[in-house]
Amino acid sequence: MAETLLELRGVTLAFGGLTCVSSLDLHVDEGEIVSVIGPNGAGKTTLFNLVTGIYRPDEGDILFAGESIVGLPPHRITRLGIARTFQSLRLFLNMSVKENVMAAAYGHTRAGLFRCMVRTPGMRREEREIEALAEERLRFFGERLTGYRWEQPAYSLSYANRRRLEIARATATDPRLLLLDEPAAGMNPAETHEITELIGRLREEGGYTILVIEHDMHVVEGISDRVVALDHGVKIAEGSFAQVASDPQVIEAYLGLQTAVSK
Amino acid sequence: MSDTTPLSSDVPAAGPAIGQDEWVARHAERRLVRGGRLGAVEERLRAVPWWAWLVLFVAAASTMPAIESSGYVRRVGFDTVIFMLLALGLNVVVGWGGLLDLGYIAFYGIGSYAYAIFDSGQFGYHLPTIVAIPAVTALGAVVGLLLGLPSRRLSGDYLAIVTLFFLELFETVATNGDTIFGHNITGGANGILNVDPLSFFGHALPVQHNGIFAVSYYYVALGIFAVVFVALRFANRSRVGRAWRSLREDPLAAEVMGMPVNTLKLLSFATGAAVAALTGTISTALSASVFPLNFSPVVLITVYAMVILGGSGSQWGVVFGAIVVNVLLQVLQNPGQARVLFYLVVAGGVVLAFRLSRRLALLIVATAVFGAVVRVVAGSLHRSWVDGAHGGIAHAVSDWVVVPVRLAAWLPPVAYGVLLAMVLGLTLLRHPVLRLAALVPTIYLAAFVWENVMLPNPGPTRYVMLGLLLIVLMIARPNGLLGERRVEIV
Repeated sequence: MAETLLELRGVTLAFGGLTCVSSLDLHVDEGEIVSVIGPNGAGKTTLFNLVTGIYRPDEGDILFAGESIVGLPPHRITRLGIARTFQSLRLFLNMSVKENVMAAAYGHTRAGLFRCMVRTPGMRREEREIEALAEERLRFFGERLTGYRWEQPAYSLSYANRRRLEIARATATDPRLLLLDEPAAGMNPAETHEITELIGRLREEGGYTILVIEHDMHVVEGISDRVVALDHGVKIAEGSFAQVASDPQVIEAYLGLQTAVSK
Repeated sequence: MSDTTPLSSDVPAAGPAIGQDEWVARHAERRLVRGGRLGAVEERLRAVPWWAWLVLFVAAASTMPAIESSGYVRRVGFDTVIFMLLALGLNVVVGWGGLLDLGYIAFYGIGSYAYAIFDSGQFGYHLPTIVAIPAVTALGAVVGLLLGLPSRRLSGDYLAIVTLFFLELFETVATNGDTIFGHNITGGANGILNVDPLSFFGHALPVQHNGIFAVSYYYVALGIFAVVFVALRFANRSRVGRAWRSLREDPLAAEVMGMPVNTLKLLSFATGAAVAALTGTISTALSASVFPLNFSPVVLITVYAMVILGGSGSQWGVVFGAIVVNVLLQVLQNPGQARVLFYLVVAGGVVLAFRLSRRLALLIVATAVFGAVVRVVAGSLHRSWVDGAHGGIAHAVSDWVVVPVRLAAWLPPVAYGVLLAMVLGLTLLRHPVLRLAALVPTIYLAAFVWENVMLPNPGPTRYVMLGLLLIVLMIARPNGLLGERRVEIV
């Protein structure tokens, strides 16, 4: 049994009277790929915002590698080894593709402003390392994000390539746990298939543990070791894809009560 | 043009399959690379390393005193370098950090006053320049950090309000600083006089040479400019610079990617403040005095205009912007030069709008005739209506524009208002013939307002013209003269 990397214990978050996540227990083991599914507004992205420290839970505890991360600012949590992508792409659009990835190496580099201004040998060595890291992370995506693309601004990329760049940028923070928020959203079937393979490769070659939100059931079926279904901030099912997909509560959440009963 | 090659040759059949959006993305890129001879020149220029440009620029700027012997022009050159430094500093905060800092000029003031206090008879301190400049720069950074502390969680409009308040606070303290708990610290509205000149290793650099501006100060400013330019360029091309720009693009994403946003904001604030304070030392040393009025919001707006006009975020852009704006403001101070500039701008605008067409010829003839007729009619009504003073190139103009000897008090505001209304009306007219017909009296009225209202008041006119220039430029080139292409939301 692999060690538990991320664990949520009774996490609750409410905005005013609206409870977004309620007493949620969840764990992700080292090396696992866990999918989170659920209808719109189920609290999936809120879950990511809680784990990355953008929101602070009202109750409960979030443990990463055995340590509580509740109350830490997001950049500290990222440095501990949690990186994420955004459902609504949040790239640094007016920076070059390579710079987008290099910027994310901030957390594990040291040179201060003064050393940067005079370009000390140590700073230059570090800079070369960041650049090599960025190139390596971009090469992972093959020819789509290599070569002449490196120097182009991120806004010139196509939609699918922006999604890929988001993943490349997240991996540049040297994470142990990767949170992917709908990596296949807006992609055509061929690209969706490619993303499915890519997530597998991220685990095999990158060694990342992955928690992924996904709506496309083919992707979920293809990649998941375990699936967690949320509805109205409550975990309604958990298990293998086959188990969750046939769970009456999940079908009800997606299709409504009538269908569930008649089935 | 290479653009016209058919699609099939762009996508090698044996190459990897690329999706349609990939092709679109590459097509946009192909269009960015200009074809033909101009494209080749552009490629060559792009291959020149940045430091070569800097050396070339500084070398060219150094020859200015050799070409111009006038003390006034040399002084304008020095002021331009001062503005270039201020624009470089503001570019760190606004262009890279993306923070709307309206208190920026206060740091320039703090640097100036700090130098004046450390190096004058005010308290009898006379620090050597080699100590004073780093000390004042560090002080600027510290004050920037302190101001940043309460505002580090603010952004956008809120940050702007708080920092603007800080500028007002600074002005108030400087103006009333002669009675701080009974001590005279800033000299109040009279400022601090008899500030020491710069001195290196016991040698004071005289402020004047043979009664005119001493060129050595120009070279000192140019040297500091080169150092600041290089240091900031290195900072921009480092993890800190990338983090600043990430923060400008998307603060939340930057934070989640491991960048401490609040600390980085403070750092950007402090860096800009340090550059402004450093600039304050040399400008104060040259003018040998410092007054609260040197740091009014007008200076702030001027520096902002430089940064925006040149291209916020681009170092060469803001330097270029500083040169254009400062030289323009000087040119507009001289009525003769301002008049040439005005008619050139009007003529250029008309030619740009109509190209070399028959309508352009028609417009020119119609405007000339219209003016002549108006003048004859006005002259026949009363002689004094057309006998206003003229000079310079205006002989051609004075036979055309009505310039009364004395203006009725109600005339300037009414003429100005009618002109604005006519320009606004022009933008609403769609019919080409009507447009042309309406343009004729509008141009004539513009000339009338220029000759009778604007020229006699060069102070406000300078800023009205600068504002007009900014509006036109922001429509034509929203990213500034040398700014990179920017995309906000796609």
